[in-house]
Amino acid sequence: MVTDTKTREAPSFAVIDAIVHKHNAEPGSVIPILQEIQDSYGYVPVVAIDRIAKITGITNGEVYGTATFYNMFRLEPLGENLVKVCHGTACHLAGAERISESIALEVGARVGETSADGKFTVEQVACLGCCSSAPALMINEEIYGRLTPESVRRVLKKCACGNGDGA
Amino acid sequence: MRLRQRGWCINMSKANGSPVVKVGLSSCGVAAGGRGVYDALAAKLEDSKVSLMQTGCIGMCYKEPLVEVLMPGNERYIYGDVTPEKAERIIEEHLYKGQPVKDWLLMVEGNGSDIASPLEGQRRIVLRHCGIIDPESIDDYISVGGYGAIKKALGSMTQEQVIDEVIESGLRGRGGAGFSTGMKWRFAREAKGSPKYIICNADEGDPGAFMDRSVLESDPHSVLEGMLIAAYAIGADEGYIYCRAEYPLAVRRLKLAISLAQERGFLGESILGSNFSFDLKIREGAGAFVCGEETALMMSIEGKRGMPRSRPPFPAQSGLWGKPTSINNVETFANVSWIISNGAKEYNSLGTEKSKGTKVFALAGKVARGGLVEVPMGMTINDIVFKVGGGTSSDLAFKAVQMGGPSGGCVPARLADTQVDYDSLSSIGAIMGSGGMLVMDESTCMVDLAKFFLNFTQDESCGKCVPCRVGTKRMLEILERITKGEGHEDDIEKLEGLADSIKRASLCGLGQTAPNPALTTIKYFREEYEAHIKDKTCPAKKCAALITYEVMADVCTGCMKCTKFCPTGAIAGVKKQPHVIDDAKCVRCGLCMDVCKFNSINVF
Repeated sequence: MVTDTKTREAPSFAVIDAIVHKHNAEPGSVIPILQEIQDSYGYVPVVAIDRIAKITGITNGEVYGTATFYNMFRLEPLGENLVKVCHGTACHLAGAERISESIALEVGARVGETSADGKFTVEQVACLGCCSSAPALMINEEIYGRLTPESVRRVLKKCACGNGDGA
Repeated sequence: MRLRQRGWCINMSKANGSPVVKVGLSSCGVAAGGRGVYDALAAKLEDSKVSLMQTGCIGMCYKEPLVEVLMPGNERYIYGDVTPEKAERIIEEHLYKGQPVKDWLLMVEGNGSDIASPLEGQRRIVLRHCGIIDPESIDDYISVGGYGAIKKALGSMTQEQVIDEVIESGLRGRGGAGFSTGMKWRFAREAKGSPKYIICNADEGDPGAFMDRSVLESDPHSVLEGMLIAAYAIGADEGYIYCRAEYPLAVRRLKLAISLAQERGFLGESILGSNFSFDLKIREGAGAFVCGEETALMMSIEGKRGMPRSRPPFPAQSGLWGKPTSINNVETFANVSWIISNGAKEYNSLGTEKSKGTKVFALAGKVARGGLVEVPMGMTINDIVFKVGGGTSSDLAFKAVQMGGPSGGCVPARLADTQVDYDSLSSIGAIMGSGGMLVMDESTCMVDLAKFFLNFTQDESCGKCVPCRVGTKRMLEILERITKGEGHEDDIEKLEGLADSIKRASLCGLGQTAPNPALTTIKYFREEYEAHIKDKTCPAKKCAALITYEVMADVCTGCMKCTKFCPTGAIAGVKKQPHVIDDAKCVRCGLCMDVCKFNSINVF
C-alpha cells in the first residue's frame, strides 16, 4: 500500500539527497529518482525538482520537462488513497463512465480531484490490463474487478474505514 | 534433458504423494477475490498433507478465481468462480470424500472426462507454464525444463547458430511490427560498438491488451531466459526490462525472478561456467503510451522525455546510449527459449507461410470466455471468437472485433473469416498488433469507439510532430460533434483528409497509425456515421446526446433504488408508485438502468 511508506512530513533535503545519491546522481536515473521521491511523499515536491537538477548537473527545465511528460508524476499532494479508474477499451465498453459517476457520488471527487475529507484522490488511467474483469479499478496497489455502480460504492466504503487492501 | 527429467520427478512426487491445490493469483485472479480463496484454503488445509500453492494465469480469466486440484496420477480438476465458501466445500467433497463437485468444474484432464476443455483449439507455447508453475519459485521453473535452453545454447551452440535457429523458426516480433527476430539480432551482432544492450519492451500500453502482464506475472523466468539467449547471441552483457508501472505485481515478480536467477548463477558473471556474463535491470515506465515505440523507450531509459526520433539509424546500429541495441517484446522472448529447446522445425511447422508459430490474444469485451488465448497463426477470427471464445457474452449478435488497440482497426463480422496472420490482417486495414482482441456486439456504437481511441491517441501524442499533435485533436473534435448530433454533411470526408495527412507526415508509429480506428469504422460502418450526422440518431443507443431514458410505468415496482443513484436527482417518485425521469435534468449516465433490478428503464 502506497500510503504505508509515505512520510507525511514536509520534503527534506536529507531524504531527497539520499535518493539522488542512491542512484549515483546519474542524469540517466532521473525517472527512477522521481519515482522514489513520489513513493516517499506521494507526489513530487517542486523543491525536489530543483534539488535533483542541482546535484545531477542537468537543468531545472529538463527535470521539470521529464516530470510533466509522464502521466505518473504528480506535482500536488495526494489523498490517503489513490483510486485509479480504468478507462481502457474493455472497461469503456463495460461502462467505466458509470463507475466514475458512482465514485463521484460516493466520495464527492471527480477525476483529477481529491475528496474534501482528504481520503481519496481519483484518477483515470488508460488500461490496468484486467480487461476480462472489466470494469476495473485500482485502489493503491489492489485491483478490483467486475464492478457495478453499486459494488464500487461498497468497496470505497470499506476502504474509507481502513480496510483498503484485500478484495 | 536431465533437468527436465529431474523436474518431472519433482512434479510426480508432489502428485504421487498427496494432492496439490493451486490458486491462480495473477492480477485477474486477485481482482476477482483470489486472495480470499487462497487464505480460506490455507486455513482449511493447515494440518493436512495436501500442499497448497499459488500459480499464475491459466487464461480463463472469465471464471476467476480459479482453483485447481491436481490428484495423484496427474489428474487435473479446475474449478471456476470459486469463493472462500465454495473452496471449503471443494476440500470437503473432493479431497476428503473423493467426490469432485461437478457443478463448479470447468475442466478435467487425465481421466477421460466428458467435459469439453475450454482450452480446446489452443496451442500453448508462450503460455506453456502459465497457471501450472508457481511464478515465484525458480525451482518450479527449473522443474519443467526451465533454463535448459540457455544451457543448451551455451553448451553446444555458437552465437551464429542461435541466430540461424531463430531465423529458421520464422519468429517475428510480437510487439506489433512483425519484423524477423533473428534478423534483428543479426544486425545487432554485426554492428560495431561496445557494450551492446538487450531491452525487453514490457511497456504494454495498448488499452485492451494484457498478454505481457500475464506472462510476466505467471512465468517471468521464461522471459529472462529468452533475454539471456538473445544477449548471448548478439554479444550483450547488459539488459533492461522496461515495464509499465501500472503493473505492480509484474514488476514485483520480475524483481524476485532476477534476484533468484542471480543467486543460482543464471545471471551475473561467467554464467553456467562459460565466459558469458550478463546482468539485468528493471526500469519502470511512468505512464506514457508513446514509450512503447522503441526509440522513445530508449529515451525514457536514458531519463529523458520519451520522444521518438527518426530512423535510421536503427537501434541495432545506434540504440541505448548510442550503442548497438536489440529491443524485443515480452511474448517474443517467451517464444525464444521454447524454440531453442524444441528446435526451429517444430516451431515453423505451426502457422502460415509467412507467419509462423502461435499468437497470444487478450480476448475481452463482449465475449463469453474472455481471457488469454494462444492459437496457431492462421486461425480465422470467427474461430477465435466462437470456438475458442464461446461467442458473445450477451444475447446480441457479434458485430466486430477491434484488433491492435489505438493503432489497429475494426474488422466487421462479415470479414471475420479472415485468417489471423500479419499479411491477411493488413490487407483488410487491421493489424496483428500486440494481441488485444476486443469483441463487440450490437450494443457498441462504432463512432463512439473511434472517438474513444482518438481521445486516447491525441492525449498520448508526444507533441513532436504537428500533424499528430494537432491533427488527432481536430479529428477528435469532429468525432465529438458527430456523437452530439451536431455533425456536418462533409465531416466524413474531413476525417479522411486529416487521417491521410497524419498518417503520411508523422514520424513514429503512434501518429502513422492513430487514424486507423476512425478509418476502419468509416470503411465498414459508414452508415452509422451517416445516421449520427443526417438522422441525428445513434443506432446502438450509446451516444448520450442522441438518446432518452424513460421508466416503463408498467414494469417499475417503485422500489426507489434508481432515485438514490441518480447523480442529478432527475428521477422523482414515491414508494410503490412508478417513477418518472425528468428529461431536462437527466444527464444520460445510465446509472438507473444499471441498478434497476426489474429492467424497467428503457432507452430510445
